[in-house]
Amino acid sequence: MKSIFAFSAAILTAGAAYAARPTEGALGTQPAATRIMERVEWFHNGYLLPIITIITIFVLALLLWVMFKYNAKSHPVPRKFSHNTTVEIVWTVVPVLILVAIAGPSFTNLYYQDRAPNLEQVVATGGELRDSGDEAALERFLKNNYPEAAAKGWINIKAQGNQWNWTYSYPDELDGAGFPIEFVSNPIHVGLSTDPVTTEDAPRLLAVDYPMVVPAGRYIRYYTAASDVIHSWTVPSFGIKTDAVPGRLNQGWFLVEEPGVYYGQCSELCGVNHAYMPIEVRVVPEDQYNRWLELMKAGDFDGGRAVVAEIEPLNRETQLASVN
Amino acid sequence: MPMDEIALDHAEADHKPGFFVRWFFSTNHKDIGTMYLLFALVAGIIGYSLSGLIRYELAAPGIGPLTGLMEFFYGYQGDEAIAAAKHFYNVVITYHGLIMIFFMVMPALIGGFGNWFVPLMIGAPDMAFPRMNNISLWLTAAAFILLMVSMFVPGGPQGNGFGGGWVLYPPLSGLKGHPGPAMDLVILSLHTAGIASILGAINFIVTILNMRAPGMTLHKMPLFAWSVLITAALLLLALPVLAGALTMLLTDRNFGSQFFVPEGGGDPIMFQHLFWFFGHPEVYIMILPAFGIISHIVSTFSKKPIFGYLGMAYAMVSIGVIGFIVWAHHMYTVGMNVDLKAYFVAATMVIAVPTGIKIFSWIATMWGGSIDFKVPMLWAIGFIFLFTLGGVTGVVLANAGVDHLLHDTYYVVAHFHYVLSLGAVFGLFAGWYYWFEKMFGVKYNGMLGGLHFWLMFIGSNVLFFPQHFLGMNGMPRRYIDYADGFHTWHFWSSIGYAITLVATVVFFVGLIEAFVRRRKAEANPWGEGATTLEWTLPSPPPFHQFNTLPVVKNEGGH
Repeated sequence: MKSIFAFSAAILTAGAAYAARPTEGALGTQPAATRIMERVEWFHNGYLLPIITIITIFVLALLLWVMFKYNAKSHPVPRKFSHNTTVEIVWTVVPVLILVAIAGPSFTNLYYQDRAPNLEQVVATGGELRDSGDEAALERFLKNNYPEAAAKGWINIKAQGNQWNWTYSYPDELDGAGFPIEFVSNPIHVGLSTDPVTTEDAPRLLAVDYPMVVPAGRYIRYYTAASDVIHSWTVPSFGIKTDAVPGRLNQGWFLVEEPGVYYGQCSELCGVNHAYMPIEVRVVPEDQYNRWLELMKAGDFDGGRAVVAEIEPLNRETQLASVN
Repeated sequence: MPMDEIALDHAEADHKPGFFVRWFFSTNHKDIGTMYLLFALVAGIIGYSLSGLIRYELAAPGIGPLTGLMEFFYGYQGDEAIAAAKHFYNVVITYHGLIMIFFMVMPALIGGFGNWFVPLMIGAPDMAFPRMNNISLWLTAAAFILLMVSMFVPGGPQGNGFGGGWVLYPPLSGLKGHPGPAMDLVILSLHTAGIASILGAINFIVTILNMRAPGMTLHKMPLFAWSVLITAALLLLALPVLAGALTMLLTDRNFGSQFFVPEGGGDPIMFQHLFWFFGHPEVYIMILPAFGIISHIVSTFSKKPIFGYLGMAYAMVSIGVIGFIVWAHHMYTVGMNVDLKAYFVAATMVIAVPTGIKIFSWIATMWGGSIDFKVPMLWAIGFIFLFTLGGVTGVVLANAGVDHLLHDTYYVVAHFHYVLSLGAVFGLFAGWYYWFEKMFGVKYNGMLGGLHFWLMFIGSNVLFFPQHFLGMNGMPRRYIDYADGFHTWHFWSSIGYAITLVATVVFFVGLIEAFVRRRKAEANPWGEGATTLEWTLPSPPPFHQFNTLPVVKNEGGH
């Protein structure tokens, strides 16, 4: 049985190495970029998939066994029983137990990803645990919480779905006239003959002209809204998907540690160009993000785009220094 | 009634009316059942051709074949043809879904097999309301015509037909998304189909509750009749909710009401709640009759009574009941309260328990039996395995945390095609090969039936299994084009479709062969295992059966 576990885990992760975009022939998810997605990945690949694989193989084995053992040739005279209270109780109770076992991690994961953390609480708890000297508890806590990032507060971004592009606005980042940074993120490819040639930097159906830019290692709270019909904002490697519904403001959160380019695609049918309103998120080091912000505030959108064209490596020492 | 008239009735028991009266004014449950099957066959060909367009288009990245169609039919050129193809693709996926659900699976399983075999199995001469039965059939046909017409009248700003998905979410289905009359015709079509289904449901409930043969208590009733009874109850409770939502959509579109228009204080999410309150029971409406059919086939060919008959019946009842309290698991990403999501996770997973009882009871029915692998049994065993596969991915999707990743991806497409296309449709073919001789009085060629099964089994797995991988990797649903990394599995999926196409040709060859050769059918070709009442009648059964009601003794119907 162990080898089945290992095998199913292996086929799911194979081929998906280090690319936050669809991979040819991939069997599993895109690599996780957030703790939310890491937990989803573990829950699916390491927990649910083994369980459902075993159940399916078990049912298949039973079927093959009865076909082999009780076919008309080898078993010409059928038996006549039609009840067996013990097995009926077993096949009712055992599935219930399996479902209870699934529900436990399912609920903790759901609440983790669905409830935006209370950042003050995160800072306070992190401090308490550090002071208490309980290394194990601190390590557990730091797996799911980021006190240093929490100390800096939320970055708020609104993603508004339109037919067929996204409008991103940063309500806390105001330009000289007091208006928040706001820009439209258009697809580069729309399926027409005028589409530019695909390059490694601008993959077909995924790349946009002005991407959403967020700093690495910061808590991001995103809001989704829509101006016409329902859209859905998602980045698979973040493990998040939130519908953008006209008349509503939905929200979610994420935190990405590793700088990089992450892609998603609108996930609610929204009309003819539904396949052509991609989501591109550029996660950059915080100082690069700040330079981008300054240009955007000055109205130099193309300058901003140029600043984040190359993603700079994370300088962990300066990051830590700025925290301390 | 005077004595001589009664005598006359009996004398004319097998006198069939003339062609027009018999088939157009039909009040005979068997003729109506045959017409439902014929209707489902025609609608199925159309729905299946539409899915062929989808797979043809998605076999390679970029927009290809559909552009050619637009050039050919509308004379569009270049980018204009591409724009038209994008809308046409949305139209194709929408009508594929609507046709397969409302005009193929439901008419075949409930209208076709339900009409044919519920009266036969419970020992009734006909349905309780034969004329209402006729109205149901022709309303369904009218609804189908409305739907077909809607494909060819202006829909969205970009072309003919409604391209908003079978779920009809506003505002895309409202004036903003599809101002043209196509959407109004879709609404009228579904209203009409809904009325037909409600009338049919009333007919089944009344027939089953009042017209069982003497001695056949509910707890002795064959499981197929049970499954249709529960299905009818679900239809009766779920369809009025859909009708309400559709009516609100209709008045939003035409009379200025703003139920689902946010600018006027309405709420598009309200439509989704109403729709799925109908939509989730609807998936059980499609699968429960297949459950009933599979039970009879497994028992017949194992030559053993159903294992755990009462458990099987009440598992279906509980699936039906729980089916009404899980609807919002289709809506995990709309922005629901997290506690509400947690409730729907728990409630949804509970359904796995009665479903598991059914799977294991079928296997236990085979256990210790003496199994003949005739064509219907192949389909039934295929059904059990593939439905299990579709069921376990349902357990994965039930977890809202994972569904945030997989919602509206191909993983969901793979899941519901495993339970419907490889579940309900395999059950449908199982029933077709099980009752073919009984209904039509001729034998089919078993080798062709077996070949049909194996091609279909291999083809549909090659078609749908890779879609799990696509979904896991982030491929969204309802996309005419995809990022380059998705090519491999889309290509294999289309190869799978090609295999099912061969299977479908074999199916029609088998059908034609049977009617050309006209081998005389037996009353009971399956032998000792076939214990239900339809096998006590000749094949095909007389025009009117059970003029003297059969008396059911202790062995019951199972």
